[in-house]
Amino acid sequence: MKKYGGVSAELAAVDGRKRLNMDKIMTALCFVLLLIIVVVPIFMIIYNAFFFEGKLDVRMFVEQLTEPNNLGAMWNTLKIAALTTVLGTIMGVFYAWLLGRSDIPAKGLMRALFNIPYMFPPFLGAMAWDMMFNGRSGYINKWLVQVFGLSSMPININSVWGIVFVEVSYYFPFVFMQVVSALERMDPTLEESARIAGAKQRQVIWKITLPLVKPAISAGALLILTTSLAHFGVPAILGYAKRIYTLPTRIYEVIYNSGGSFDGIRQGAAISVMLVVVVALALILQNRILSAGSYDIIKGKSMRPTLIKLRGAKIPLLLLAILTLVMIVIVPLVMIVLISFLKAYGLPLEFKNFTFAQYEKVFSANGTIASIRNSLFVSITAGIICMFLGTLVAYVVQKIKPKGKGVLEVVSMLPYAIPGTVLSIGVILAWSGRIAGINLYNTIWIILVAYLARYLSFSMKTSSAALLQVHSSLEEAARVCGASHTESLADITLPLIRPAMVSGFFLIFLPAMREVTTSILLYGPYTRTLGVQIYSLRDAGMIPQAAALATVAIGIIIILNTLVTKLTKDKKGV
Amino acid sequence: MADQIILNHVTKRFTTKTLGDIVAVDDFNLSVHEGECFSFLGPSGCGKSTTLRMIAGFEDLTEGEIELCGRLVSSSRKNLYVPPEERGLGMVFQAFAVWPHMNVFENVAFPLRIQKVNKTEITKRVNEALHHTSLTGLENVFPGDLSGGQQQRIALARAIVTNPKVMLLDEPLSNLDPKLRETMRFEIKALQRKFNFTIIFVTHDQSEAMAISDRMMVCDMGKIMQIDTPENLYNKPCNRFVHNFLGESTFINVEIRDGKAYPAGHGEQALDLQIPQDAAKKMVVATRPNEISLTGPGEGGFASHIEKRIFLTDRTEYLVPVGDQLLKVQTPHRVTFSQGEACAVHLVDPMWYPADDEAAEKERARRQLV
Repeated sequence: MKKYGGVSAELAAVDGRKRLNMDKIMTALCFVLLLIIVVVPIFMIIYNAFFFEGKLDVRMFVEQLTEPNNLGAMWNTLKIAALTTVLGTIMGVFYAWLLGRSDIPAKGLMRALFNIPYMFPPFLGAMAWDMMFNGRSGYINKWLVQVFGLSSMPININSVWGIVFVEVSYYFPFVFMQVVSALERMDPTLEESARIAGAKQRQVIWKITLPLVKPAISAGALLILTTSLAHFGVPAILGYAKRIYTLPTRIYEVIYNSGGSFDGIRQGAAISVMLVVVVALALILQNRILSAGSYDIIKGKSMRPTLIKLRGAKIPLLLLAILTLVMIVIVPLVMIVLISFLKAYGLPLEFKNFTFAQYEKVFSANGTIASIRNSLFVSITAGIICMFLGTLVAYVVQKIKPKGKGVLEVVSMLPYAIPGTVLSIGVILAWSGRIAGINLYNTIWIILVAYLARYLSFSMKTSSAALLQVHSSLEEAARVCGASHTESLADITLPLIRPAMVSGFFLIFLPAMREVTTSILLYGPYTRTLGVQIYSLRDAGMIPQAAALATVAIGIIIILNTLVTKLTKDKKGV
Repeated sequence: MADQIILNHVTKRFTTKTLGDIVAVDDFNLSVHEGECFSFLGPSGCGKSTTLRMIAGFEDLTEGEIELCGRLVSSSRKNLYVPPEERGLGMVFQAFAVWPHMNVFENVAFPLRIQKVNKTEITKRVNEALHHTSLTGLENVFPGDLSGGQQQRIALARAIVTNPKVMLLDEPLSNLDPKLRETMRFEIKALQRKFNFTIIFVTHDQSEAMAISDRMMVCDMGKIMQIDTPENLYNKPCNRFVHNFLGESTFINVEIRDGKAYPAGHGEQALDLQIPQDAAKKMVVATRPNEISLTGPGEGGFASHIEKRIFLTDRTEYLVPVGDQLLKVQTPHRVTFSQGEACAVHLVDPMWYPADDEAAEKERARRQLV
């Protein structure tokens, strides 16, 4: 700076100080917000699990740990998560390979269709499968008994395997999407050079293709594992009938049975610690098994990969793919819609039993319209706040790089690994009057606070990735043109990452719209969300009404998704 | 010398959604001799890569036949197609294509392991290949930790380890920096002398092709333009495209009137040239900037003046108006004219080609989009 001398050096110094100040403010803001949103709830869980009235007291924790019901739930959680991860990964990789590397027809259409299971709310899927294959009253079960003269129901979806089946159906896209995009980015000459070296197609798949997409497989598998471990909806809907509990449903049960008393919540906190430990162990184990290499497979000119000819297997495999989609999307959808028209659950699916009355009933009932309004409000608000907050954290971590940026990063990603149920308990413990007299319990704001914690990492991840692409020379060029630090941020960096911010918003808004795991523990009489309302209707035995609302919910999700795809197309940026 | 690679009426057509039918390779006939280094040269979209990929077996052909080392490997007539792994080739790719999940040794050993060669033999042959590519000592390193040049050496080692008779090189040097490019070129030639394989070298860089090839094929828009030695291609290019693609060229559009050639847009003064017998009304006169001589006015030639003088490191370039066109002339530094000075241009044995074809230009633009 000195060599410029005189006035300009002074200006630079002034500007440097200004920049320092703004950076400092942003950094401090990040730390404070993350402390409130993430750290406090997590701290409250640990504190309440191990401390009672200010003193270390592990009796309650030990009690919960040795309670057979909890141990059973833990074992079920592990079993379901492990089976779901293994089967979902195999299925995801298989279909990714089929659509990415074989000459199966109608690829574009198939790819779009294979994203649908990802949008389909798993707990609605579970509802539909329960309608069909409930061990006592499933419609298809009854039909099978009638047609084949069986003495008992042939299929029982209310089992560990039933839960695994439904979770695999809706979670395999996690692996599928990761692997498909890795296969697309992969330089095809990596595979071609193995052919030249004398390897047959089968050898190329096992020795080259699969090892190269291993990082993608492992990332997707991890997502299935953590989601399944933390998932409430499917095991709740399918498991309760046969008293099959997982840790998230067990936590709900304990709190529900205690009527929301502090003691119940403390027990829930203790079980939460067990769940968190299980998730942590699973993460460590996964890391050990699939220690992913960080090699770069994105290079070379973009060329069409050589597609493997399926020959005789082409039509059977195409049929298999279509059948899979029909099974996990169309059939459940049709079932829900059909049931929503029934006069009463259990009546045969015949035209004379059909009516629109359930829709009238559900919409004239208290709380239905409110639940849709609540869900829209919390999802949009959480989406917008997270979009800005996530970008702020991403900017601080990527560009300002203050001391303790590692801590920031870890803290903001923490809720990603912490189950929604657990987060809810932390939020209850933190914001029901115990800290500074702030009591949000039974208000919509407590759900919002929980959503912020839960979804912040989503927007932070997308903004982070986008910011990494914005080379600092772009901002520097603006500075040279005379823009201040703030101006270059507003005129250059933000517009460039705007598409990423928008997609970060939708990444939060869409899942939040159909969310149950978190809100099931946080809702009050007037603050049911859409998911909670459907769950409660079903729980109260009003299954056709639940189906009617589910139909509406699926309609909303389809409309929103279509809008999103239309809106986010053709945007310039990184 | 025996012909080792023979292409017989090889044609490749494919259909794209946006651009309709494209003839990527149109009736290619060529034969490459044993031990020869043969280059495919042309701009992108000319069909050189597709041809190479058909020889390698990554693309099937629409029509024609390919013969490798006396064995028919692709034939539309006999409905025959031998997959790449059974063609016994070596190949080096532009983006190296070394496998990031295997170390150097494993990368080079891969072809031998596939062939189920025994372990001691593998170690021996891999070490030999690594020795010839100056990679000894790097056996346990992963490619991600190596430079581009070293990665390309791994690819070379992997290609020579099976001792193939034919080596396909798909723009192997274009991802390397210029200095390294030259070194690698010499190393490839040295390896060829040692192992005596036939090379097909695909490139869009004419100087690279000139330096390495015994013969080369220049193609454009899916058609072979000319196959010959580098000298002949440079000295006797068969058409305007080849002339322009190899070395520096300068062209004058002329009109033939009363047995004289008048530069387009200039009525008075004719060029002092012998007109070829079969000349059409409109022709292009082509020559090299350094083959034109420049003299003072009054010594014959085409009278003009110096429009612009540019000092290049090893020669001086003058832009001289000829009709409404600017002729590029390069002379040694000792010939000095100043800007605006009167001069005369002397063309020595230029080439004559038919005038430009607009339709051909449009087709070229369309194909570049594929």
